Amino acid sequence: MAAKKLNIKDKYRLLTRDLDWEFSYEDPKQAFPYEEFEGIKITDWSKWEDPFRLTMDSYWKYQAEKEKKLYAIFDAFSQNNGHLNVTDSRYVNAVKLFLTGVSPLEYQAYQGFAHVGRQFSGVGARVACQMQSLDELRHVQTQIHAMSHYNKFFDGFQEFSHMHDRVWYLSVPRSFFCDARSAGPFEFMIAIGFSFEYVLTNLLFVPFMSGAAHNGDMATVTFGFSAQSDEARHMTLGLEVIKFLLEQHEDNVPIVQKWIDKWFWRGTRLLTIVAMMMDYMLPNKVMSWKEAWEVYFEEAGGALFKDLARYGIRMPKYAETIEKEKEHISHQAWWTFYTHGHAAGFHTWIPSDEELDWLSAQYPDTFDKYYRPMWELAKEQEAKGERFYTSGLPQLCQTCQIPMLFTEMDNPNQNSMRDYLYQGERYHFCSDGCCDIFKEEPEKYVQSWLPVHQIFQGNCGGPGVGEVLSDYYRMNVGVDNMDIKGSPDEVRWNKWKGVA
Amino acid sequence: MSKVYIALQDNDESRYIVEAIEESNPDATVIHQPAMIRIERENRLVIERAVVEEKMGREWDVQELHINLITLGGNVDEDDDQFVLEWKQ
Repeated sequence: MAAKKLNIKDKYRLLTRDLDWEFSYEDPKQAFPYEEFEGIKITDWSKWEDPFRLTMDSYWKYQAEKEKKLYAIFDAFSQNNGHLNVTDSRYVNAVKLFLTGVSPLEYQAYQGFAHVGRQFSGVGARVACQMQSLDELRHVQTQIHAMSHYNKFFDGFQEFSHMHDRVWYLSVPRSFFCDARSAGPFEFMIAIGFSFEYVLTNLLFVPFMSGAAHNGDMATVTFGFSAQSDEARHMTLGLEVIKFLLEQHEDNVPIVQKWIDKWFWRGTRLLTIVAMMMDYMLPNKVMSWKEAWEVYFEEAGGALFKDLARYGIRMPKYAETIEKEKEHISHQAWWTFYTHGHAAGFHTWIPSDEELDWLSAQYPDTFDKYYRPMWELAKEQEAKGERFYTSGLPQLCQTCQIPMLFTEMDNPNQNSMRDYLYQGERYHFCSDGCCDIFKEEPEKYVQSWLPVHQIFQGNCGGPGVGEVLSDYYRMNVGVDNMDIKGSPDEVRWNKWKGVA
Repeated sequence: MSKVYIALQDNDESRYIVEAIEESNPDATVIHQPAMIRIERENRLVIERAVVEEKMGREWDVQELHINLITLGGNVDEDDDQFVLEWKQ
């Protein structure tokens, strides 16, 4: 008689139960030294369940299939000069920002999950973290492969990894992941597995990638959706992690809530850059940042927190501020990059009149009142040949490392600044959220590597900003950056398209 | 009541999966966006292997869903015969 084929529940049970072993002559606490110091109490690891019940054989089978599809499309894209099909040369700058700001995070996620996967004594959690770690490595590789095609035709792609570790605005995503990876394993899971994967990555990989498709970028939408097919599994893991922790012991609830408050605020700050990419950097618009935020944060996140209410978990702290910010942050961020366009690794521009009208329609309560007049002024300056670049270096928030570009949400004419005295030093913050995070763990955040402070301390070359940009950041100043108008990227694009 | 949702890549395989979802969940909302299809429904959504197989005219493993999946929201429960998304409020 032929052996009966195992169903997926049995296969998963065999993988995650029978392949583990008991420590009979070594102390388990020495084998898993980080499992207790955060105060999280686990009474029974066997309650861990992966609802997809994915086993390694299926994992390799489906991942291989995804890769084959993906690389066939990359080949077709480059063989058919796919870069000529994007909307215009401005669009490619969103891809540059993705490669320098986001792809290296995939690598950090790979390292982070490999680390925590080693630190959990429960085998179900270890298997899930191992798969996610492999996924994240796949993501960074596929993204670099996809974007290497653009590197042949456009400026600004050549030093993404070097820049990620140094450039002032790239320290925002970089420090976000460094913060998570230097936390304990359970905090890492709530930070990245739950807060980041479950709610926030959707905003990057779903509406933005749909936007890439709408702008003719077949390579980006394909790696984006291929990565996101793994993310759907990561999201499910994130939700299982939090339910598992909350069900294991009631003492875990306040610890988890504190991490949720911290990481949702950190995450929304990080997403400022995605807000700007969606509203300003996609020539063909799919939806506004505000609308994406309502669908993926307010609606999807709201449903999630209603589901978690039964454990005593409430909405993240500052949810009211976050709700107001959707009307403002994309405009405040793009204005900052526009005025610092000589120090960015990509091109900036004034939105076209048609785009300004679109923004007015999407943001009826705020755009005409606060932001359109700034762009009208920029247009006047540009017409006079006085395109504005600021000569100063921005003050950075000690926690999120974003320049102090945000305003008070109830008074958008007032910059938002907080400060706090710790051991005789005064530290500066962009918001109550970031200030409170500092107060919880000051000994961690006093060590922040703040790019502007580092420049002033002489740790980034110099003496002038020009040398920092060209020698320390390795930007080709005036080629990789400044305004798109008259840039080598635009000149080449017009030549390819036969436009004078 | 909250909505569960699932988004699939817009391609020939997903077309049959979406048809199957519509048959198994007659009041689900199907939204077409560039390169993707988003389906949402109050509280619960089910994808049944038998219905997908009927639409595709071939055998279909529920885990093949991973290939065309973009994102989802809700608690997942999957076995050999079906894939369920649900909020337990």
